[in-house]
Order: sequence, then structure tokens, then C-alpha cells
Amino acid sequence: MKHLKKCTCLLLVLASLLALSGCHGSRGLNAFQIPEEFDTSREYEITFWAKNDTNKTQSNIYEKAIRDFEAIYPNIHVNLRLYTNYGKIYNDVITNISTNTTPNVCITYPDHIATYLTGPNSVVPLDELMTDARYGLGGSEVRFDAPTQEEIIPQFLNECAIGGHYYAVPYMRSTEACYINKTYVEALGYTLPEQLTWDFIWEVSEAAAKKGPDGNYLLNGQPVMIPFIYKSTDNMMIQLLRQYGAGYSNDQGEIQIFNDTTKQILETVASHVETGAFSTFKISSYPANFMNAGQCVFAIDSTAGATWMGTYAPLSDISEDKLVKFETEVRPIPQVDPEHPQMISQGPSVCVFNKSDPQEVMASWLFVQYLLTNDVQIAYSQTEGYVPVTSKAHSDAQYQDYLSRSGEDNEFYYDVKLKATQMLLDNMDNTFVAPVFNGSASLRDAAGQLIENTAKSVRRSEQVDDAYFDTLFEDITSLYRLDQIGNQDAFSSAEETDLGKLPTTSVILLSSLAVAWVCIVTYAVFQRLRRKKA
Amino acid sequence: MKKFIALSMALVLALSMFGCSSAEKDDPSKKSEGVMTYEEYAAAPVESEVVIEAYVQAKQSWWEDKATVYAQDADGAYFLYDMACSKEDYEKLTTGTKIKVTGYKAEWSGEVEIIDATFEIMEGNYVATPIDATALLGTDELIQHQNQLATFKGMTVEATKTPDGKDVAFLYNWDGSGQDGDDLYFNVSVNGNTYTFLVESYLCDSSSEVYNAVKSLKIGDKIDMEGFLYWYEGVNPHITSVTPAK
Repeated sequence: MKHLKKCTCLLLVLASLLALSGCHGSRGLNAFQIPEEFDTSREYEITFWAKNDTNKTQSNIYEKAIRDFEAIYPNIHVNLRLYTNYGKIYNDVITNISTNTTPNVCITYPDHIATYLTGPNSVVPLDELMTDARYGLGGSEVRFDAPTQEEIIPQFLNECAIGGHYYAVPYMRSTEACYINKTYVEALGYTLPEQLTWDFIWEVSEAAAKKGPDGNYLLNGQPVMIPFIYKSTDNMMIQLLRQYGAGYSNDQGEIQIFNDTTKQILETVASHVETGAFSTFKISSYPANFMNAGQCVFAIDSTAGATWMGTYAPLSDISEDKLVKFETEVRPIPQVDPEHPQMISQGPSVCVFNKSDPQEVMASWLFVQYLLTNDVQIAYSQTEGYVPVTSKAHSDAQYQDYLSRSGEDNEFYYDVKLKATQMLLDNMDNTFVAPVFNGSASLRDAAGQLIENTAKSVRRSEQVDDAYFDTLFEDITSLYRLDQIGNQDAFSSAEETDLGKLPTTSVILLSSLAVAWVCIVTYAVFQRLRRKKA
Repeated sequence: MKKFIALSMALVLALSMFGCSSAEKDDPSKKSEGVMTYEEYAAAPVESEVVIEAYVQAKQSWWEDKATVYAQDADGAYFLYDMACSKEDYEKLTTGTKIKVTGYKAEWSGEVEIIDATFEIMEGNYVATPIDATALLGTDELIQHQNQLATFKGMTVEATKTPDGKDVAFLYNWDGSGQDGDDLYFNVSVNGNTYTFLVESYLCDSSSEVYNAVKSLKIGDKIDMEGFLYWYEGVNPHITSVTPAK
């Protein structure tokens, strides 16, 4: 009997241990804990997935930042992988989360992080790291001049907060700008106002869409003219809804986009597509190509696309013989209420992926901080119409000098780029971001698709009326699975969703638990019977 | 009996030969009812619905149930962009496969393509013989062959400048901002004119022969190439083969 007792106890302990380790394994990585000390006696190899705007200067800046950082921390080696679009990074990260092969540091959008967070503990919350006295922002053990948390522009930092925690730090900020062929606007008899309204843009675009008897457009004498081209229709819809005070979504992930204002916006779009006054990047091509060929009056694109805009743009995709001379102006995007302008804040942020080795995470975090130093911030912002994300960089004499030299040449001081940058600096308080939740990236795509589909349908002479919009709303809801986003916890994790069949290891562990319980019950019954007999 | 067997064998052989030749001789210009000829397709306005039959010549990419495919018939070529396609069907689209495509004609930066398309696989097989487009470069006639499989012979690799002014034979991305695995851009000349060609990394990735052949090019090399006459603000061929000039 003694043997049976011992055996039962052993079984119980074993089963409990197995069950405990089973719980650990099924949750993926442990939550990151800041180690007491960053171990500089070890070598670390970290990967950094970065995005550039197909711009060699930007890749050079990343490479220089890595060299400089490695000189300060010779035990940390950073491998750079370059991407040219956020969507590809997003897809690759999603693929790699499932295999625990995410990069260490990644340029990203908060919308995307919200999806990454469905992998438990996959992204490191930065709250404690940022405020750590030794290794935090501007901490005592950091070997370079990093900004403090207070020196990160608060609204840019807040854009990286998801569910009350910071999961990223901003890297660069941009917004959208309206690039204008001022020569054409004036040729049509209009004066360019300081603040554009949608009414103004539509009116001038309609005037520019008029053709002569020879079939060519009166304004440019060419067979091609698209007066108004929008690069990101996602942004167009999001900003219009915001300016109208209409629903898009809320922080809880409730989808509000299918409303009457959206319908009105789409009706307006449809009416101007019909006359040929409006088109989109997805339908026609890059706004800059049309603008520089004298085939567009208003091109709305990111301030990070400023070096492509204008006759003297340093970057161009069209041949010299197609370039047309004109004066380029830059304005904030058109407004519903010009007294209270509102525009989207966008641009890359940086997140840190969790790893089983907390020291490796620390190495990644130090590199992230390095990306916020003045050297990197100022150099990168000067490649396009970007704005540094720290007040430390904004007040730097070198940066101020750069801003003051707009138009000195058509390369580094290209006036369109500097005008776009200045426009964002002047409007930082007028920027906003759309709510971020698990599924917000899909909603963003859906917002743009509403405009794209409407425009295509008009071009294909389909009937665009109330019935059309009802069907469109249904199709878009289904295509982007928007009905599965709303009415759920905005940050529901993978643990709460159907994960399919249990893995074999989990089945074994759960069986061990069941065996343990059977043993406990058997033992209890046996003891009871013995006591009764006694 | 011997005679009978010999006769049977001869008959079987003849029938099988006939079978083979009929598969090879599938007429790529013949269209089913309700399907446009290439001429009708070329004349159709942008944004109109088109129904074509063509043969897959190469596959560029598949992502989220959308495939991008280069297709051709006897008279012309088609670029099928983001066509609805399951992964299973994508595997079936081998070179030469006949498909019937219904979609909308579109134009993007000069590239005429079919978008928002669906397709069905048909009986038939045809692999296009490339046209020699060397003499057509720089002429107005070239665009009539848009998207076709073409060869370019005896062209010279010209220097491409990196942003820091160095002369190189190729760049990763158009401005050198990319890395191994990205598109390769290179300049080639013939008859005193220089053109930019590229290896599209979705069509031919970094493990492909052509990708590595371009990485080995030196300025001044004389080469023959084969690829598709893609367009982006002018001719921008997607090269699939590079060999030393014969």
C-alpha cells in the first residue's frame, strides 16, 4: 500500500508539472521583462526590416545609422532588410509570427501592430522600457544622445498607443499635401486660396476638364488631362468623413463607415469621374507623372512624395521630352471647414518584436532609440517631405538652417519638398489618426475600395444609384470581413478565437491532466473506503 | 496473324501521331463563339468589358487569390493583372495552357491590361515563338506588339549611374535603393539608342538563371535577351533570359 501511495503522489507531481509546462508552451513567448543589466559581454545579431520610398538616399541613411550604432555597440550587429511598401512588410510579418521568425525591429504602421498583437506577447510593450532610468529614453546607461520621452512630439507618440500601451515609437511623420499646377489654375481665371476647399477643387477641376472641338483639352492642348488625381483613396475617404464629422469607426472597433455621408461622398466622386474631372492612382497611375507632363492640376499625395512633384523635381519617372514647365504650389488637402482644417497624420513607426532572450530584446530597443537621435532623424527627414518626430531635432540649428534655405537648389533644398515639410510643421496640431484596433487595417482598405469601385463603375457606364451603394456596402463588408470585426473586443487575441484542431503535444498534456484528476479521485475514494472499513 | 498485328501496330502508331499533332496544332487564332479576336480586343475602348481566349506564356505572381499572368495568342498578347484565381488553379496555369478570360480593358502608365478578370481553363496548348523586336525599338510600331514575347539581339550593356555617380552594369530597383532579391534594372543600347530593361523579381526571382546572369553583366558586354514587352511610361521589357550575343 505504501508503494501505491508513493506511486500516486509521483504521478500527481509529474502530471502537474507537465500540465504547467503545457500552459507555458501554448501561450508562445513569455512576456518580456527588462533584465537587471544589459550584458555587453555577449554578441547579438538583430534584424531590422525597414521601408524606403524607393529612394537610395534613404537606404544609405539606414546603412549609415547601422554602422554608427555598431561603432557605439560593437557587440550588436544589425542586419538590414529593405522593403518599398508597408503592405509587403505587413504580409511578411504575419507569415513570420506563426513560425516565431519575426524580425527584431520593424518599421510599421500602428494599424498593422494591432494585428500583430493577436500573437500573444509577439510585440514588446515599450512603456516600461521608455521610462527605465538606465536603458530607457535618454537613460544613464545609453551610450548615445537619445531623446527623452518628453522630447518625442506627444501627438506622434500617442499614435503608437494601442489599448493603453505603447507598442511602437514614431520614426518619421508626414501627411498628405495637395500639389498644384498654379499656372493652370490661374490660366483658368482662378486665384489660389491659402486654404483649399473641396468646392474650389471640384469647380476648378470641372473647368479644366473641358475639351475643344479637336478632342484635345482646352487647358493643355493635349489629348490627356485628369484635373484631379488622388493617390490614396483610403486617406481620401477617412479624411472626408472626419471633416464632415461622420462615422468611420471607434476605438472599440465598431464599424461606422456605412452611413449617409459616405454615400454622399461617393455620389460626389461619381459625378466628377463621369465628367473626367477626377481619377485615382489605382485607376490611372502616379499623380506626379500626370502633373509633370502637364496633364493634371491637383495631385494629392503624401508629403513624402514631394521630390517627385513639379517641373524641376529631383525624381521623375517620365522622360525629359514629356516634362512641361509650370509653377508648383503646395497646400494642405482641401477642407470642408477651412477655419478648422483636419488632415491625417501618417508615416512610419518602429516596433520591437519579442524574443525568448530578453537580452536580444534589449539590444533591439537600444537600436530603436538610436533611430530617434538627431543624426538619423534630421538626415532621414531631409530625403522627403518628412518631419522629425522629436522636438530635440526640430530645435536643432542644423535642421532650422535646412528649413530656412527652401529653393536654394532643385535637389537637397528643392522648394516643393521644403514647402510640404513646412506645411506639416505648421499643421501638426491639425493632424489626426484613425482608431487602431485588430481589423483597422482591413477597414482602411475598405474605405479606399468604396471610392475605387464607384469610380470604376462610373467609367464602365454602370448605373450608380442608391441600389448600387447598398450592394457596394454589402460586397465591401463581405470582402473585407468587416462584419467579423465589429462587436468584438478590439484587441481580442488568438487565445479567444478558434484556433482549429489542438496540436498533439497539447492533447498529450491535457490527457496527463485528466489522468492526474482520475488518480486524485481514485485515491480519495480509496482512502474513504479504507476509513469506512476501519 | 503476323500481318494483322503489324497492321494494328501501324494503325495505333498513325492514330497516336495524329493525336500528338492535333494537340500541337491547336490553332491559337481560332476563337470560340462570343470571344473577341485580338483585333477586336485591340480596338475595344479602355473600361469596356472584354472576353478573350489566350495561352499562358508566363506567370508573374499569385497573392490572396489573385494572379498576374502574361498570355498570348497567334495575333497579340495580353497582360492579365490581378485576375481572380485560386492557388489550386494557379498551379494549373502552366506555359501554353489555354484560358478564356472575361474582364475589363484598362490602361495604367501606358500598359494596356485586363483587370477585374475571371478565367476558365480550356482545351488547347500553344507556346508563342518570340518576335525579334531589336529593329523595332524606338519605332512607333513597337507598341503594337505590347506584352508579346520578344527577343532583342546583339545589344550592348551600357553604364548605369548609382546616386553617388559610380558606373555600374545594373541597379537593384530603378535607383539602386534595393537589395538582392529586388527588381534588377539595366541599360542596353542598339543603333545608338539606350533603353532600360529589367528583371521583374516576381516573374524571375533571385534564384532564377536570368537574375544571376544580369548580376554577372559587365559594361560593354554584348548580349541577346528574351522577355515580355511590358510598358511603363514607355517600353520597359521584363526580361526572362540573357545570353552572350551570338
